[in-house]
Order: sequence, then C-alpha cells, then structure tokens
Amino acid sequence: MSKKNEIPEVDIVIDHEAGVIREVKPTNLRSKAGHERRVNGSIYTLLVIISIVWLAPFVFLVFQSFRSYLTENGGMVAYLLPKKWSLDNYTWLLTDEKSNFLRWYGNTLLIALFCSVIQTGMVLSVSYTLSRLRFKGRKLIMNVVLVLGMFPGFLTMITLYFLLKQLGLTQEGAIPGLILIYCASSGMGYYISKGFFDTIPKSLDESARIDGATRAQVFMKIIMPLAKPIVIYTVLMAFMAPWGDYVFASYVAFGSEPNYNVAVGLYRWVNVNDYQGYFTRFCAGGVLVAVPITALFLALQKYYVEGVTGGAVKG
Amino acid sequence: MNDLDYLKLTGFSKLAYKLGHFFRGIPKGFAGFLKGVGRFFVKLFVGIGSEIKDVCQTFVQGDWKTKMSYLVMGFGSFARGQWGRGLLFFLFQTIFNIYMFMPNAEFSGCYYLGKLSTLGTVATYREGRKTVYGDNSFFILLYGVLTLFFILAFIYTWRMNVKQNKLSEQILKSGKKLKSTKDDLKSLADEQFHKTLLALPTLGVTIFTILPILFMILVAFTNFDATHQPPSKLFTWVGWDNFHQLLSSDSASYGGTFGQVLLWTLIWAFFATFLNYFLGMMVAIMINKKGIKLKKMWRTILVMTIAIPQFVSLLYVSKMFAADGLINTYLMQWGWISSPIPFWTDPVWARVTVIVINVWIGIPYLMLIATGILMNIPADLYESARIDGANAFQMYKKITLPYMLFVTGPYLLTSFTGNINNFNVIFLLSGGKPLSLELSGNAGYTDLLITWLYKMTVSDTNYKLAAVMGILVFLVCAVINLIVYNMIPSVKNEEDFQ
Repeated sequence: MSKKNEIPEVDIVIDHEAGVIREVKPTNLRSKAGHERRVNGSIYTLLVIISIVWLAPFVFLVFQSFRSYLTENGGMVAYLLPKKWSLDNYTWLLTDEKSNFLRWYGNTLLIALFCSVIQTGMVLSVSYTLSRLRFKGRKLIMNVVLVLGMFPGFLTMITLYFLLKQLGLTQEGAIPGLILIYCASSGMGYYISKGFFDTIPKSLDESARIDGATRAQVFMKIIMPLAKPIVIYTVLMAFMAPWGDYVFASYVAFGSEPNYNVAVGLYRWVNVNDYQGYFTRFCAGGVLVAVPITALFLALQKYYVEGVTGGAVKG
Repeated sequence: MNDLDYLKLTGFSKLAYKLGHFFRGIPKGFAGFLKGVGRFFVKLFVGIGSEIKDVCQTFVQGDWKTKMSYLVMGFGSFARGQWGRGLLFFLFQTIFNIYMFMPNAEFSGCYYLGKLSTLGTVATYREGRKTVYGDNSFFILLYGVLTLFFILAFIYTWRMNVKQNKLSEQILKSGKKLKSTKDDLKSLADEQFHKTLLALPTLGVTIFTILPILFMILVAFTNFDATHQPPSKLFTWVGWDNFHQLLSSDSASYGGTFGQVLLWTLIWAFFATFLNYFLGMMVAIMINKKGIKLKKMWRTILVMTIAIPQFVSLLYVSKMFAADGLINTYLMQWGWISSPIPFWTDPVWARVTVIVINVWIGIPYLMLIATGILMNIPADLYESARIDGANAFQMYKKITLPYMLFVTGPYLLTSFTGNINNFNVIFLLSGGKPLSLELSGNAGYTDLLITWLYKMTVSDTNYKLAAVMGILVFLVCAVINLIVYNMIPSVKNEEDFQ
C-alpha cells in the first residue's frame, strides 16, 4: 500500500461535555503499538512451542537411530542422546544377511510406482467423466459410490484375501496382489480431482468441439495440460499411500517375510519380535523410509495444499 | 415464525429454536425417506412391466432376423452387417453359457446357484488316509453371488440386444444407413467416450468392492466363525441371530459392550473432528496474522507430520508414552512424578492420550485448509469491523468463524464420518487397549467400532459378527450423513459450483 492511501491510525474520542471531537493523545497510540508487539511476541512464543512439540518426536527418532547397537542397548532406554554416535543400525539394515530391509524397501517402492501410474489413470478418467461429460446414469454412479464409501474398508478384507488367494496372489504373490487391490477400486476416490475439473471453464471444451475435436482429443489435448496440479497431487497421494499400509499388507503377505512391505516388516520388529532388541533398528528403518518421502512431499507441497484446500471447500 | 420474529430473538433462544426446528424435522425427513423408497419400488415394477411389454411387442412385430436374435444374441446385428456389435453379443452369450452349464459341474454357475440355499451339505472329511472332498460354503456363497451378478448382467445385455434389433429395423425402414463397426469404434472416442473411460474403473469397483460388500452383508446372516471354517466345518444361514447376539443385552451377548464402544466411537469422532478443527483454525490464524514473519517455515514444520508415514510417527509416539518410554522416564528423573503415568493402561488416560495425540496429527491438515480459506475472506470486512471498534475476538466470532463454518460445512461432515472409521490412529497408538473383563468380545477401552471389527476378523476369525458390525457402522454413517446433508445448503446443488 502506498503511503498516500494509508489511513492514519488515530483514535477519535467525542467529548460530549465540551461538544468537540478530540484526537486521542499520542501516548495512547504508542501503547497501541506496544500492544501489537506484545501480541506478536506471545504468538511467536506459541509458535516456537508448537514447532518444538511437532518436531520433537522426529528429532528423537533420528537421535535413537544413531545409537550404537553394539555397545549400547538396542531397546528403549531412559536417555535421549546416544552415548556413542554410530551407524551400526544403518549398516545392519543395509548389509546384514539377516536383514530383509532392502527387499522390503524395494517391494514397497515397486508397489508405490505401479500404484501412482495406474491409480492416477483411474482417478483422472473417472473424475473427468463425471465432471465434464453428461450421460445417462451419471447421478446414479455418483450416488452408488457415495453409499459404497460409507462401508468400512476392513469389512471386505477377508473376501478380498480369498479372492486374491484364488488368483494365487497372496504370500509369494503379495506384491502384484497388493497392487491389484490398491488400484482396482481407486476410481472411487474421484472427489478432489472432480472438484478441480469443475473449475475449468466449459467454454474451452465447447470451442474445441466446434473446431472438430473429438471428446477424447479434448480430454488429452485441452484438459490434461491444464490439469497438471491435480495430476501431480494424485500421483503424490498414490505414491505415498502404500508406504503406510500395514493392515491389509500384513494380511496378504502373512508368513512370507521376503514379500512384506516396509510398514509390515518394521511394525513386526516393534510389536511382534522382541522389540527391546530391535527398537533402534526400527528407528533407523523409519528414518530411511521417512526421509525420501518427506523430501518428495515437501518439494511438491504446493500441489498438495491446492488439492486439500480445493477438496475441503468443495466438499 | 417469520424471519423478522426470528431476528428479534436472543442468541440462546435462536439456538433453541433451531434445535427445536431440527428435531421437529426428523419425522418429516424420515417419512420423506420412506416415501422415496416406496416411490422407487413402484417405479421399478412399472419399469419392469413396460420392459416386458416392449420385449413381447418387438418379437411379434420384428422380422426373422430379430426373432432369431432372441435365441442367438447378436444374430440380427450380424445379419445386418454390424459384425462388431454382433461379435460382442455373441461372445458374451457364449461365455455365459459355458460358465453356467460347464461340463465339469464343480465349477459351473448352476452348481453354485443350486447350493446357495443350503450353503453346502457335505463337509470335507478324512476316510482313513484318503480325504473325501465335499462342499465349501465359502466358495458356494462367493460364486453364488458372482453368478447372480452374471445373470443380471446377462439379462441386461439380452435386453440391449433386443432393443438394438428394434432400433436397427426402424432405422432401415426409414431408409437410413446403419452405423458400421468403424463408426462404433470412432464413437467410443467421442459420443460414447464416457464408456471408454469408465469401463475399467467400473469393472474394478464391481469385482473388488461391490461383490465383497454384498458377500459380507450375506455373511452377516450366516454362522461363519471360528467353529464353522469350511471345508471341514460348513456354515449355513441363521437369519437375524447375529444381529440379536450383537445388540441384545443378555449376558451371553455383546449388547453392553457394543453400546460402550459405539458411545466412545461417537465421542472420539466428535473430539477428533471439532477439537482439531478449532485448534487448527487458531494455528492458521496465528501463522497468517499480519506482521508474523517466517510464515512458510512454520507451515513446513507442521506439514512434516503429514509427510512422514503414520506407521513410523505413530508407532514411535506410542512408544514414547509407554510406561518405560521417554516421557515417563524423564518425568521421573526430574522428580515430577513418582510412578509412571498409565498412559496406555488406564481407560481414562488412554482415551485422553489418543485424543491429544490425534490433535498432533490433525492440526496440520486443518491449518492448511484454514489457511486457504482465510485468505479468501474479503479484507474489507475486517477493515470496517475495525473502524466500528470491534476487537480481535469479536471479529473472529462474527466474521472468521461464520465464514469458515459456511465454507467447510461439507468437509466437517466427511471428516466426522472419516473419524468414525479412523483406524490408523487407534490401531497404531493403543491397539484398542486397555482391555477389560467388563467388555466382551476382546474389545478394549479405546477400541472404535472399526478396530473392534478388525480384531474380530483377524484375531477371533468371528466373521459373522464382524459383518454385522460393518453393516451397523454403515448405518451409523448413513444416518449422520442423511441428517446433515439436509441441513447444509452448499452440498445440495452440485451444479452451483460450476
């Protein structure tokens, strides 16, 4: 704002007895600025406290992952900073014969890559169709998806497990099985990208159609280039989800350790195996999983924020 | 009461009026729902009637090609030169026939359909060293449902085939040309583009969502549990017994536990939604306040919790709060407490802890959402409020909050139902513990319906009750959605946004 337009911050007081309007004395003005400073000061204090609370667990996690496995306890201990910093846990994870960590990591990466491609295709075609094309049964499809979405996801877990078993996609075949399950119903999560497509003006389609483009050409050549933010958002979400799935992955891969994903493997270290021995290894594994994902996420944060805010506002 | 009267009321009686209005509306809404269901069935039967009439008429009036198509699907299309369509129809019929009447009876649709009413009578057993294979209730039910799907699809396709013939005849009669296969293929990229795009997703959802859900709904009416595991022990239909077992309050039933878990689920969903909502909004307002520096840094710090996979962060945090975890040991070292705080072993502590930790998870999302919306609130609203002498709290109450609530109404609804089904947080943090002898069915004090359902499925293999519970969770969500949808104006009209 330029200086000329600025409204001077002056409080006005009407003196009824004298019948005149008086400006408040400058001392008051100064105290107002002081008030502002105090408010900002307390906000900063709060924000610093919040930041500490939010970051603390992650900092602790990193500290503990560097605790030496060989000279100190590998379990939970009553102190935070390792007595001796070392890379024992990391070297064990990455090089030891008994550690399946690299295998699990590869499995999860594979699932995530496949999912991000297939799911994006599914979600975009469903959301584009429901947003831009008008056809018989469109409302019906949307209502059916709404109703199906109200059933809890784990209800169908055993059925899906037996379906996969019939196809030979459990235990040894857990990886393709999981990809199949993650992708098959992913079209149901069309809401956010539909909201995005809804905001692209319809006149674009219409002018292209008048120029003789088919609907497929409109989709590929006109809308897709405009939809870059939502494509990135969908890919990001699809890529991140498989890293955190424990429940279904553990059910499908049960008993076949080389075919676990990282979540299943690490969870079992903490909760099923003797976690006193594996706790620092879990921390190290957690760091190895979290760092690349977090980096990717922070790099693409902008698109995530757009997707989430758009989705919330449109409902 | 008209608008003017309403405006005259004080704040409290406004609320009372609204609440009264809402509760008076419930019977009406319910009646409307029933009427809607009734109308649906009337429409359905009328629709089926007119379809049958049309099929008969077409047969009587049609030429021999059309009549032949009633038996051999796609014959008419072939005969009229539309070989692409004809081929598809014919292929579908062939596959259907093979599936239904396969020579190997074990795998044919008819076999499963015939056994559906009993779910199998002969269990697999061992005779000396030899295993004698019998029925398998699980597959009978699964493939039975699949077969029913297939039959419905067949009827629909057959009807399409008949309609096709009628249309073709009409077109030929009026002297126009029929579409060639090439035209059909072209239209899949144009007028029929929605079919191309939706084909794969629909197939996926049908097989991997609709079929399993129907299957589980049916399981709720059987006695499929740990003592009835096919193939050695078959299960069968038991009617409403399972619903009775879960809901009634005799000592052998789960009624009391179910009530407690449901109540806690609703309390949890309420806090997880609204506490996060208001705290997240506060944080967003603080970060976005004029004169606060490093906005991007604060935001990024908070967003870290979204980025890091929950199984890492939540498992770690849950260990931090354990009896021998960091928090307890440090508090004891500093001499603030003499014995560990029972974060995960005392019911009340555990419930409070999961809610508090969920705030840690939830604030970042809300902060992001609220930031986007706060920026859209017209600045002149605040400017004029300031000139009128409003203080910060008044501005929040009169401008920020109503605006936020209006815009995020639908989000609050989805996040409430989302929290009812918020599996990860509870499962990774407390696993539903602490357990108690007062609760039956292995439920713990922090168990939500969904985590209890998971336990029943995985550790108790009590599939029948898990299925009943799934249906009840659906009903809870559906009722909440129905009520709230009718109260929020912004979700009703989808096209308004466009």
